[in-house]
Amino acid sequence: QASDRFNINSQLEHLQAKYVGTGHADLNRFEWAVNIQRDSYASYIGHYPMLAYFAVAENESIGRERYNFMQ
Amino acid sequence: MYLYNLTLQQATGIVSAINGNFSSGKVQEIVVARGKILSLLRPDDLGKLQTLHSVEIFGCIRSLAQFRLTGAQKDYIVVGSDSGRIVILEYNKEKNVFDKVHQETFGKSGCRRIVPGQYLAIDPKGRAVMIGACEKQKLVYVLNRDTAARLTISSPLEAHKSHTIVYSICGVDCGFDNPIFASIELDYSEADQDSTGQAANEAQKHLTFYELDLGLNHVSRKWSEQVDNGANMLVTVPGGGDGPSGVLVCAENFVIYKNQGHPDVRAVIPRRADLPAERGVLIVSAATHKQKSMFFFLLQTEYGDIFKVTLEHGNEGVTELKIKYFDTIPVTASMCVLKTGFLFAASEFGNHALYQFQAIGDDPDVESSSSTLMETEEGFQPVFFQPRGLKNLVRIDQAESLMPIMDMKISNLFEEETPQIFSLCGRGPRSSLRILRPGLAISEMAVSQLPGVPSAVWTVKKNVSDAFDAYIVVSFANATLVLSIGETVEEVSDSGFLDTTPSLAVSLIGDDSLMQVHPNGIRHIREDGRINEWRTPGKRTIVKVGSNGLQVVIALSGGELIYFEVDMTGQLMEVEKHEMSGDVACLDIAPVPEGRQRSRFLAVGSYDNTIRILSLDPDDCMQILSVQSVSSPPESLLFLEVKASVGGEDGADHPANLFLNAGLQNGVLFRTVVDMVTGQLSDSRSRFLGLRAPKLFSVKVRGRPAMLCLSSRPWLGYIHQGHFLLTPLSYETLEFAASFSSDQCAEGVVAVAGDALRVFTIERLGETFNETAIPLRYTPRRKECFEAAGMGENGNGNVNEMGNGGDDEDKEDPLSDEQYGYPKAESNKWVSCIRILDPRTATTTCLLELQDSEAAFSVCTVNFHDKEYGALLAVGTAKGLQFWPKKSLVAGFIHIYRFLEDGRSLELLHKTQVEGVPLALCQFQGRLLAGIGSVLRLYDLGKKRLLRKCENKLFPNTIVSIHTYRDRIYVGDIQESFHFCKYRRDENQLYIFADDVVPRWLTVSYHIDFDTMAGADKFGNVYFVRLPQDVSDEIEEDPTGGKIKWEQGRLNGAPNKVEEIVQFHIGDVVTCLQKASLIPGGGECVLYGTVMGSLGALLPFTSRDDVDFFSHLEMHMRQEHPPLCGRDHMGYRSAYFPVKDVIDGDLCEQFPTLPLDLQRKIADELDRTPGEILKKLEEIRNKII
Repeated sequence: QASDRFNINSQLEHLQAKYVGTGHADLNRFEWAVNIQRDSYASYIGHYPMLAYFAVAENESIGRERYNFMQ
Repeated sequence: MYLYNLTLQQATGIVSAINGNFSSGKVQEIVVARGKILSLLRPDDLGKLQTLHSVEIFGCIRSLAQFRLTGAQKDYIVVGSDSGRIVILEYNKEKNVFDKVHQETFGKSGCRRIVPGQYLAIDPKGRAVMIGACEKQKLVYVLNRDTAARLTISSPLEAHKSHTIVYSICGVDCGFDNPIFASIELDYSEADQDSTGQAANEAQKHLTFYELDLGLNHVSRKWSEQVDNGANMLVTVPGGGDGPSGVLVCAENFVIYKNQGHPDVRAVIPRRADLPAERGVLIVSAATHKQKSMFFFLLQTEYGDIFKVTLEHGNEGVTELKIKYFDTIPVTASMCVLKTGFLFAASEFGNHALYQFQAIGDDPDVESSSSTLMETEEGFQPVFFQPRGLKNLVRIDQAESLMPIMDMKISNLFEEETPQIFSLCGRGPRSSLRILRPGLAISEMAVSQLPGVPSAVWTVKKNVSDAFDAYIVVSFANATLVLSIGETVEEVSDSGFLDTTPSLAVSLIGDDSLMQVHPNGIRHIREDGRINEWRTPGKRTIVKVGSNGLQVVIALSGGELIYFEVDMTGQLMEVEKHEMSGDVACLDIAPVPEGRQRSRFLAVGSYDNTIRILSLDPDDCMQILSVQSVSSPPESLLFLEVKASVGGEDGADHPANLFLNAGLQNGVLFRTVVDMVTGQLSDSRSRFLGLRAPKLFSVKVRGRPAMLCLSSRPWLGYIHQGHFLLTPLSYETLEFAASFSSDQCAEGVVAVAGDALRVFTIERLGETFNETAIPLRYTPRRKECFEAAGMGENGNGNVNEMGNGGDDEDKEDPLSDEQYGYPKAESNKWVSCIRILDPRTATTTCLLELQDSEAAFSVCTVNFHDKEYGALLAVGTAKGLQFWPKKSLVAGFIHIYRFLEDGRSLELLHKTQVEGVPLALCQFQGRLLAGIGSVLRLYDLGKKRLLRKCENKLFPNTIVSIHTYRDRIYVGDIQESFHFCKYRRDENQLYIFADDVVPRWLTVSYHIDFDTMAGADKFGNVYFVRLPQDVSDEIEEDPTGGKIKWEQGRLNGAPNKVEEIVQFHIGDVVTCLQKASLIPGGGECVLYGTVMGSLGALLPFTSRDDVDFFSHLEMHMRQEHPPLCGRDHMGYRSAYFPVKDVIDGDLCEQFPTLPLDLQRKIADELDRTPGEILKKLEEIRNKII
């Protein structure tokens, strides 16, 4: 039993090391929110049509929009 | 319900563009990524951009790069996409396809934080490629070649650094030393520990050099230095023998030259004089031009200004960095400087352009900034300049782009045969209303009136070897008119043609003599002017003629066929006679195959609904080879020969084929393949073209035979990129046509319609739609089409409601805003207007500018039940709206306007203040429904303002759409999909009785039927939801209308849940949806338009058989033909939600591009022949457009 749990924990640690943004049991609200936001922004930057959609709404150039999301 | 998704117009926006020599050593070409499409463009000799090849990759292209192995002649393409794979492509000139050279998997699919694909950097010597993610991961692949000179790729080398955000990467040119890659990174590990945000503010960007040690096969961090915190982009500086090496770091307001062990050289980017002080200047795109002796960079700012950056360098490194104002063009996503002196500018929004360099900005007068000049005690002195007209560039071509389509309405305002698509495109000053019609655009070259109503027209050359036509011959009811083509077109009488009789056919016969067939005989005019006449026996007249260059067949009244041939001396000799059973309706002779004396086939159409193929060989002359019965008497026949082609510029291999086309009297075009040896007919297809029997004429398109079909509208059948396409022309009904070629127009058409002779050419082959643009001033938001109340001729109007995209301030500017953009202003300033356009005349009949940074967001027409004013226009506006740092506004308003002069102008009745932005307005039972923030409210019309009647505040976020049908209200929430509501009049209550379980970020919604709504979300999905039938019945039957249940609720929402019945990932933000039928008598389909400027259709299947067939075909295509960039097709179409009940027609339509044996294999699995599959694909396409 104990070894099993240890195993799961180590697996989780491995996942957390490998994939940025993997959550854990002691995640606080701020960290969680930051992670979600970073994931969203990365997705906006990756999908060009979405970037264009935001750029139209805010009347900025797509390059500026990408830069803002990066910041 | 099963749907078939088909893209009608591929995306026109460009994500990224690269240039290089992809097909062979000398030719400059451009590869552009249009979201999910990769295409190869080439500027031709005249500077027109031609699309050579375009392929959908079913994935999202995020970055492109090109590289060349040392000593090679050809560039390879590296694609960074969302597939979690790096793909290297090579353009195959012979087959006109992109060949996948390598595909290496490195991570998960999708556009994720740490999955590489966002950035690509290439070692300038083509030895290594770095692929990076937004965060942490960077991989380096070593490129090499094996003994057979094939490209090889190594396994990936990691250059990860956790807790870093990457802004940009590029290769550093260091000659043949170890390859180095530079990247701008930000370490956020400290910021994460500190929730106060102090560490986050202090975070510093670094420029890091990574060195790939080719000997050790290892990547190491070589050097890292702090860099300006505004840094956003890197540009490689040529090195080795050509320059100082290093990188240019583009930061907000600055350009900095950096290299390892070299002091920074920094210069300010000049600012526009009218730019507010708090706004920075950011470089958004860059291009490098390198020649043997010099190099320079072109950097474009977010305002569109291009600067030329030059470096002065010597042995001790770079001493000076100069920035000079170059020119201003619309903001680009990518720029490419071609070696041939062109600049390709892929605009972010709106049309792309090709510019030619006139100068390279060497004049000393232009405003410039440099590193030595501007550094003063208290920092850097800003430099100002005033944008001016183009001086160094001149635009020579532009490629239309619909991006972004903001709204679209399909209706038949012009009362044409097919509806028009009115789309609102573009942004800010470059926005426009574009009227799209399915079909090819034509450009009319001349129209001239004739003395009578002509019945037919031909063009003839004087000699086979002539390039251009010599005469236009027009036949009237009792005369023939001959016009000679020269500098001008004028009537002549010395041509030898008989002008007192109508003509049946005029053509060149033999090498250099002319033939005129008239009802009483054949007139053969030799080159030296001798005339031979052949007269019909007795009182019989000639009714039909068929001829090619060497053979003539005439049909006499009564059904006798007489066959003539041109003999060796150029004489026309009678060869054979044949009696048909009845009158001949039409006939045609196949063209003479190359190197042969005669063609073997004669097709004869009879009034007994048959077409016969007769032999013309001397051995079995006039023997019937095959018979085909058709649904209606044929009116016109045409043989179309498709020459065998193996790849080349235009399309895949296809064997030589002879097609027999027949226009039937019921308006159907019947097309069948003729066996070249036996004359047997097979593989027949038919298509309804219009209300009149199609008349078929042979013309030339790009030097290949093509077919013009004149029904109630003209159609062109031609071969484009290996496919036979039959597309309507956007032109009026024509009676008779012939191809036309003169030195002004190489491939034109001369046609008669009414009493006019028209000469026109066909443009933009291969496009599905042609467009007419009406420019607008600001970003259009929404549009309403309406039937004006008046009964006048011009009863149709078109209201355009437009708001600007955010923070423009409109000023009078002597320069064209289209090129330069509006000056920027603070973010809570808005300009907006309401415009009524008459699409017929493309004029604005009314333009109301809104004052005080008020901006319009929604519009609808409403008929209040007291009917005092008739139809009124309601406009929802917001004043001083600000999105950032927090969404706030001064006030929201609903304006009510009255139409004057049959809807040509507007008069404000009153204005009602509301507490939020009214993003959705809709008429409901003689009242106005408004979605204001999270409140749905019902208004009635009062004298001074709108009167609140009822409201519901239970919507989760913000209402963005309202549709009504009978007593149901369908409300779309910005974040929470649809809510179905009901209004109870007796209790005056609005309540939600059903909602969706899936959070959907709605961009657009459309009402399909009583229980069904279609919607699209901002992640690029289209979905349909339906209220289950039993729930719907229950609601309708329940006397309380489900109210008791509603009070209970379920899962924090409404008591009933809608079911998702269709789900599909388009891969592009859909901004408009509409149900429409684009062909007369065709089934209705749902059309969508996207931000990237593509148009597509979702067609419901009508039979289960079709569903089975296409889902199997799709399955086999997925297996046999995986998408080019390595994304799993099923995974892509299910990127956010599993795909449901939609078959991807775009994938199925790639079937013809497969190799023949693969086609046969798939066809065998489906128990069909490849021809049947092609026919099926064509059929379903023809149901849509």
